[in-house]
Amino acid sequence: MTNWAVILGIAKTHLRSKFRQTAIAALGVTFGIGSYITLVSFMTGLNKMLDDLILNQTPHIQIYNEIEPTAVQPINLYEEFQGYTTVVHSVKPKQVQKKIYNASPMMDHLNNDPLVKAALPQVKTQIFYISGSIEIGGNLTGLDILKEVENFNFGDYIIAGTANDLKNTENGILLGIGIARKMSLDIGDRVQITTVKGEIFPLKIVGIYQSGIAELDNIQSFANLKTVQKILGEPNNYITNINVKLHNIDNAVAMAGVIEEQFDLTAIDIQTANAQFETGTQVRNLITYAVSITLLIVAGFGIYNILNMLIYEKMNDIAILKATGFSGRDVQYIFLSQAMIIGVIGGFLGLLLGFTLSSLIDRVPFETESLPTISTYPVNYQLSYYIFGIAFALIATFFAGYLPSLKAKKIDPVHIITGQ
Amino acid sequence: MKPILEARHIDKYFEGPVPFHVLKDINFVVNEGEFASIMGKSGCGKSTLLYILSTMDTKYTGELFLNNELITGQHPNKLAFLRNRYIGFVFQFHYLLAEFTVLENVILPARKLGIKTSAEIKADGFNKLKMLNIEHLAEKKASKISGGEKQRVAIARALINDPAIIMGDEPTGNLDSTNSENVFNIFRRLSNEEGLSLLIVTHDKDFADKTDRIIEMEDGRILI
Repeated sequence: MTNWAVILGIAKTHLRSKFRQTAIAALGVTFGIGSYITLVSFMTGLNKMLDDLILNQTPHIQIYNEIEPTAVQPINLYEEFQGYTTVVHSVKPKQVQKKIYNASPMMDHLNNDPLVKAALPQVKTQIFYISGSIEIGGNLTGLDILKEVENFNFGDYIIAGTANDLKNTENGILLGIGIARKMSLDIGDRVQITTVKGEIFPLKIVGIYQSGIAELDNIQSFANLKTVQKILGEPNNYITNINVKLHNIDNAVAMAGVIEEQFDLTAIDIQTANAQFETGTQVRNLITYAVSITLLIVAGFGIYNILNMLIYEKMNDIAILKATGFSGRDVQYIFLSQAMIIGVIGGFLGLLLGFTLSSLIDRVPFETESLPTISTYPVNYQLSYYIFGIAFALIATFFAGYLPSLKAKKIDPVHIITGQ
Repeated sequence: MKPILEARHIDKYFEGPVPFHVLKDINFVVNEGEFASIMGKSGCGKSTLLYILSTMDTKYTGELFLNNELITGQHPNKLAFLRNRYIGFVFQFHYLLAEFTVLENVILPARKLGIKTSAEIKADGFNKLKMLNIEHLAEKKASKISGGEKQRVAIARALINDPAIIMGDEPTGNLDSTNSENVFNIFRRLSNEEGLSLLIVTHDKDFADKTDRIIEMEDGRILI
C-alpha cells in the first residue's frame, strides 16, 4: 500500500527546501536535452539538405548503354574447352552504340508503370566550348527542360534566365556558371561549340546554371533535346539516357534490376550511385547521438550527486519516517520521485530550450554560392526527436535516482537514532 | 489485564571481532494502561531492548508479541504498518522534519496510514496539539520552535494514530527540569485518562520513581 499523495508531498517539500541544488540539477538535464534537440535537429536538417541536394537532382534510376567488354567471351561458348581454364589477352570493350535502342516505346512502357513517376529522355555528348583559339572541353546534355523542372527541381539550379527561355529558344543553351565565368559570358551572349566530329555551332545563352558542385559547373551545359540531336546530326529518336523518377525511392534497387534484365541495358539505382553519401549521413548521426548521450550522462551524474548529498543531509528525517511507520519502499519512492520530478521539469524545459535554439538557428542567414536554394541554416523539426529526448531524460534520471534511493531504503533507523 | 506488548526469551548479540551478548533471555509483559519505565546504567542494553520492542531492530532471537500477535519474523512492510498504527515514538532528540510545519509533522503518520480524510486528519492533529497546549504553534516551521515545544510536538505526533503503546527513548534526557516535569505530566495524564500504555527508557531516577513500574536492567538482564 503506497500513499502517493504523502510521498510526493514530502518529495516536493524536500526539493523546495533545496531549491538551488534542485534548480542546478534540473538545469543539467535541461542543457543535456536542449543540446540534444538542437544538435539532432540541426544535424539532421543539414543531412536532409545535403541529401536533397543530391537526391532532388539525381534520378532514382539511370538507364544507359555502358561501354564494357563482353562478359562471356567466345571461347567460353566453345564446348571442347568446357572445364578448362582459359586466358584471353587484351580484351576490348564491345562495340555498342551510345543510343538506347527503341527508346521511345521503352519510355512509354516505363511511363505506364504505376511505380514510375516519370521517365525522361536525355542526350549526353562531349563538346568543346570555343573562345577565340581556345577550346575548353565540356559536356552538353539535351533534355526536356520543363519536365526536368517538374521532376528534378531543375529550376532551383538556374540562377539566371528561366526554364521557359530555354524551351522557347531553339538554339538556346543553359551555360554552367564556371564556364561562363571563364569565358566572360553572360545571358544574351553567343557561345560557339564544336562536337567531337568537328562541326561548329553558335548557341545563344539564355540562362546560367549552377549546381553547387564546382567541377560540374565548370564543364556542364544544357540545351533542348532537339537542339542536341541536331548538333549531333542524329534523328529525334536518338536518346542516350533515360532518367527515371519513382514514387517511392525504396523501389529503386529492385526496379533497376528488372530494367537491366528486361532491356539488356545498364540501370544504376540511386542507392548504388550514392552509397558513400549514406555513410556520411550515418556518421553524422552517430556523432550527434554520442555527444547528446554524453551530455545527458553528465546531467545524470549531477542528479546522482545531489540526491546522494540530500540523503546524507536527511538521514534523521529518513530515520524518523521509518520509525513512524514509513516502509523502506516508501522512503525509496520519496527520493526516486525527487529524481523523477527533476527529470520531468528539466526534461520539458530542455525540450523548450531545444526548440527555441533550433528556431534561432533556423533564422540565422546561411547564404552560400554552392547552395542556391538555401537562405538560412536548415533545421529539421521532428516530433520523434522530442519524444526520444524526454524519454531519455526520464530514463537517465530514473537511473541517477535509483542508486541513492536504494541507499535511503536500506538506511537502518536504529543506527541513526542511537548513533547520536 | 490485557497484555499489549510481550517479550519472550529475547537474546541479542552484537556482532564484531568479539561477539557481545548484549541481551540475555529477556522476558516481560507490558499491560494495557500500564506506565512502565526501563532503568539501567549506560550500556546495559536498555535502548537496544527498546528498539527490538519497537520492531525497528529485527536481528534478535526469541519472540515478540504486540496485541497478542506474533510479530517476530514478519515482513518489514508489515512491521512498518504495525509501527505506524500501534506504536508511538518519542526520542531524546526531537526528530521533527525541519522543513515541515508543526501540524504537518504531527499528521504525517496519519497521512501515511491513510484511513481518514485529510480534513479529519487535520482536525485530529489540531486536537492533539490543543491537548498539549501548543495549538498556537501549528503553522510554524518545526525548526523555529524551542526544545520543550519540539518534544511536545513529538508526543503529539506519537499520539496521532491513537496507538496501543507509546515508547520513549530518554524523552526528557535533553530537557531542563521544568520541561521534563511537563513531559512527565503529559505521560501521566495519558496513562490515567486515556488508558494508554507507556514504556519509557530513562536513567532519570526521579522520573522513573513516579512511574507505575520500574524494569531495572543490568548487563543485559532484567533484575526485577
